[in-house]
Amino acid sequence: MEELKKEKKSKIIDALLKNRSYLTVEDPLENELILNMGPQHPATHGVLRLVLSLDGETVIKGIAELGYLHRGYEKLAENMTYLEYIPHTDRLDYTSTMCNNVAYVLAVEKLAGIEIPKRAAYIRMIVAELSRIAGHLIAVGTFVMDVGAVTGFMWAFREREKIQEIFDRVAGARFTTSYTRIGGVASDFDDEAIAMTRKFIDEFLPALDEFEKLINTNKIFLDRVEGIGYLSKEDAIELGVTGPNLRGSGVEYDVRKAKPYLCYDEIDFKVPVYYEGDCLARYFVRLDEMRESCKIILQCLEKMPPGPILANDPKKVLPGKTEIYTRMEELIHDFMLVNFGMNPPEGDIFFSAENPKGELGFYIVSQGKGFPYKLKIRSPSFCNLQALEKIIQGAMISDVVAIIGSLDPVMGEADK
Amino acid sequence: MNVKILIIEKLKENFSESIEKIEEYRDDLSISINSEKLLQVCNFLKSDPELQFIMCKDITAIDWAKKDYRFEVVYHIYSFKLNYTLRLKTKIKDPDEGIESAYSVWQSANWYERETYDMYGIKFKNHPDLRRMYMPEYFEYYPLRKDFPLLGIPGSLPLPKK
Repeated sequence: MEELKKEKKSKIIDALLKNRSYLTVEDPLENELILNMGPQHPATHGVLRLVLSLDGETVIKGIAELGYLHRGYEKLAENMTYLEYIPHTDRLDYTSTMCNNVAYVLAVEKLAGIEIPKRAAYIRMIVAELSRIAGHLIAVGTFVMDVGAVTGFMWAFREREKIQEIFDRVAGARFTTSYTRIGGVASDFDDEAIAMTRKFIDEFLPALDEFEKLINTNKIFLDRVEGIGYLSKEDAIELGVTGPNLRGSGVEYDVRKAKPYLCYDEIDFKVPVYYEGDCLARYFVRLDEMRESCKIILQCLEKMPPGPILANDPKKVLPGKTEIYTRMEELIHDFMLVNFGMNPPEGDIFFSAENPKGELGFYIVSQGKGFPYKLKIRSPSFCNLQALEKIIQGAMISDVVAIIGSLDPVMGEADK
Repeated sequence: MNVKILIIEKLKENFSESIEKIEEYRDDLSISINSEKLLQVCNFLKSDPELQFIMCKDITAIDWAKKDYRFEVVYHIYSFKLNYTLRLKTKIKDPDEGIESAYSVWQSANWYERETYDMYGIKFKNHPDLRRMYMPEYFEYYPLRKDFPLLGIPGSLPLPKK
């Protein structure tokens, strides 16, 4: 065991010091320092471990190590029905659970070829956008806290709390929502939920103005993040970065516009793009996206038609509870769906949706059975973290914290 | 011109003998390519001015648990110009022998291939830093292979002493 430990340590250090062997300076003060940051570090947003080699206060190279929160969700998916997997998607990006739920069921619906009712599509859009605001609030809140503005963190969490209350109303849970079902959603977005959402947006927009007034004109904050952590457009594309981080580098790419799913093609919204590519640009993209999300929610509430919230497709979609208790046919369908799963035809699909962190994709291979043969999660945080090693090269040690905060990784998603 | 027809025609024009299969399912186009020619096809898809598949979204593998070829590596690549995600597949006969790394084409392949190596044990030749991504360095098994049990193998991950 001792030998194994030694070997493990040396492999990471080897990767860090690859192709460099100039530790020959006589003066000990001129030598490089190797610093271990995390996995238990308040600014790494979870259990991310960085091994940095430092020259004074400058980072020469950094290596990220993942896997401290690896729970094997891809293996679990191969051993349960499509319906059973929905609660596990909550645990991917736990700051915006609804977006994960929506992306997963859309992928399964694409695989099985299920059309969902219009009302369900609008409800999904509303909860996904609310969830996006919640995710971005955490992102900007923790980002400004990482660079010293604790008030911003408190203000962001105050607003986020109201979104959790709406989720509590519609889904019955604040965080682990598991709200969507294959073919629709679990419960209707009722009048009280609509009233709560309207009230939230009425209060949120002035609160966001207030937040911007406090933070965006703060000289200390601007000096701390402006021009830090530069990621060029070419590098961002080359490294597979998506979401606000890509748009902060000047690429106008949003899955909601590029490949509209649900009813995003019927909604009028803009995709905020900043061209600076630094921490501040990524922060501004998130602020602007929250405003756009509010616009989308208001339009959805206007346009949301009445009607059913689950598709009528008895072989694939769970029937309603009252029908199960009163009718034989529905009881049989329910039994078959719960115990053996719906059997989508043989084939494989890739579906991706725009999440707060970036593009969340699911690659599902079906063999015609009730369980997926393979399910691969293309998690945006994982891909965005790959750019971290590139960005921190040559940065100051104190800026590493700001850079991680601006990239906004969630380790639950990156480690799967 | 239809995007799919354009891609298929372009590939057939240049690599007609290395295309093994062209499938279309639910509007997703997937092309199977001979593993020896894969890197050339990737380079072509990235650099052709009409196609420009400059972003690699994902790399993973499928364990078919078959005898003649067990693994299949799957690439998802995206072109901003065509606004299209294309799937490339290539069959692997021997995971120890592996396949040429796509790192020279897309830098993002670095971590994707490390993850695939960690989960399936497929070696990527000429990869800059082929270490395990999630599992500890001393772990001996490949968890996403079909012969790895769901509950894990007792003793494979040493627990701290009480």
